[in-house]
Amino acid sequence: MSQEEAGIVIAGAGHAGGSAAAFLRQYGWKAPITLIGEEALLPYQRPPLSKAWLKREATADNLALRPGRFYTQQAIATRLGTRVTAIDRAARRLALDDGTTVPYDRLVLATGASPRRLGLPGEALRGVLALRSASDADALAAILAPGRRLAIIGGGYIGLEVAASARALGASAVVIEREARVLARVAGQALSAFLEARHRAEGVELLLEAAVEAIEGEAGAASAVLLRDGRRIPCDAVLVGIGAVPNDALAVACGLEAGGGITVDLAARTSDPLIHAIGDCTRRPLPLYGREARLESVPNAIEQAKQAAADICGRAAPIPEVPWFWSDQYDLRLQIAGLAFDPAEAVVRGDPEGGSFAVFHLAADHRVLAVEAVNAPADFMAGRILVSKQRQVAPNLLRDAAMPLKDLAI
Amino acid sequence: MPQVTYIEHNGTEHRIELEPGRSVMQGALDNGIPGIDADCGGECACATCHVYVDEAWLAKCGTAGEQEASMLSFAATAEPNSRLSCQITMSPELDGLVVRMPEAQH
Repeated sequence: MSQEEAGIVIAGAGHAGGSAAAFLRQYGWKAPITLIGEEALLPYQRPPLSKAWLKREATADNLALRPGRFYTQQAIATRLGTRVTAIDRAARRLALDDGTTVPYDRLVLATGASPRRLGLPGEALRGVLALRSASDADALAAILAPGRRLAIIGGGYIGLEVAASARALGASAVVIEREARVLARVAGQALSAFLEARHRAEGVELLLEAAVEAIEGEAGAASAVLLRDGRRIPCDAVLVGIGAVPNDALAVACGLEAGGGITVDLAARTSDPLIHAIGDCTRRPLPLYGREARLESVPNAIEQAKQAAADICGRAAPIPEVPWFWSDQYDLRLQIAGLAFDPAEAVVRGDPEGGSFAVFHLAADHRVLAVEAVNAPADFMAGRILVSKQRQVAPNLLRDAAMPLKDLAI
Repeated sequence: MPQVTYIEHNGTEHRIELEPGRSVMQGALDNGIPGIDADCGGECACATCHVYVDEAWLAKCGTAGEQEASMLSFAATAEPNSRLSCQITMSPELDGLVVRMPEAQH
């Protein structure tokens, strides 16, 4: 195959890779596009895996990002169930795990992230699960039933969402968190405290400042989590939700710049002009905050897919977006905009007791860094605008629920 | 199968068939129609699937729920006929629906 015919190859068929293929066609890319995915499924949405999918409220059709015919109609070739094993940058060629090679003119790396492993005894026992893929979710769903007890290691978003789903399915859940509060790395004190109270009220057992020593098994299956302080938590299965590590090994092996994710610029360009990287596998600039970070979120995957497609097609760069995240637990809708780097002050607006409130995180100069909204969509939207405009707002104005935020934001 | 017409901000029209029960947002994604971002995948969490519903169809699309309305009230380009397209479910009664996209979703 000549290089003119190779076109774009996208390594990774998750939300980022699937979106990049779609944006490339939207932006007028006419040459071939090949989407290579390790899983057997076409690109699908991962957020429902810990929620609607686990509770069997979603079908495979709901989960799919787009139906199969989309890829045929848009002439996007797919090679699923296939893993890229090496990148030969000089020859512009990928090696695949089925022994074949694929040439590329341009390459987009969308290899995602993998669940961080515990590195403790017992991790290989049957019934020790992670949650990343639809098949992981199916394995988890199979054990969530009344009378079963799930031990969840890690009080992050995955752990808390699964705890809520477990309760909805009648299973019991115990969350084991190493830090003094849940969501310690990603949320402020007020939100952590609110969620801890709610999960306890729903019957979830929360063990904070609890370090895991090992997972114990009976007949090859996990039966308990042993804590370093000697406590033993009996369970029917264990979910390990302690974060994710970027899948950047391919990029590192071929000499692309990386460190805690593949290094990219605001056009999702790597250190090789023919290779872009997008989504969870990247470490990207955050222009609103003057630093770099890895963002594990669907909005980030879509934003970087847009950046890469625009750059490849020679279109104007898209306007940088405010990073945002959401989570659903019980009847709580959490919406978070911005990132609270070095916050000086947290201002609560609304009434946590009443279940609807927002926490605004301000810098020392009162710039709005981030907002965490619980059942408060208007505060989320206002916060997102305030963050994007880097607006400085006096704390007492934010605190005053009678003061319409619309006037401040628009 | 009922049809929907999407009109991009630049005037480009796309007419597609959309199965009843599927959202107007999903219809845009399924067919590669530009102008609807759908960051949250239809959860009414992000307001990036904002459309203007043609006046003739506004009543048939029902009214925005509380969450949708409060999100829309902050969209800089919101108009009285603004809706989030993830919250409009296709039905035989909506056959012929026309929606227009704003210039940008973010």
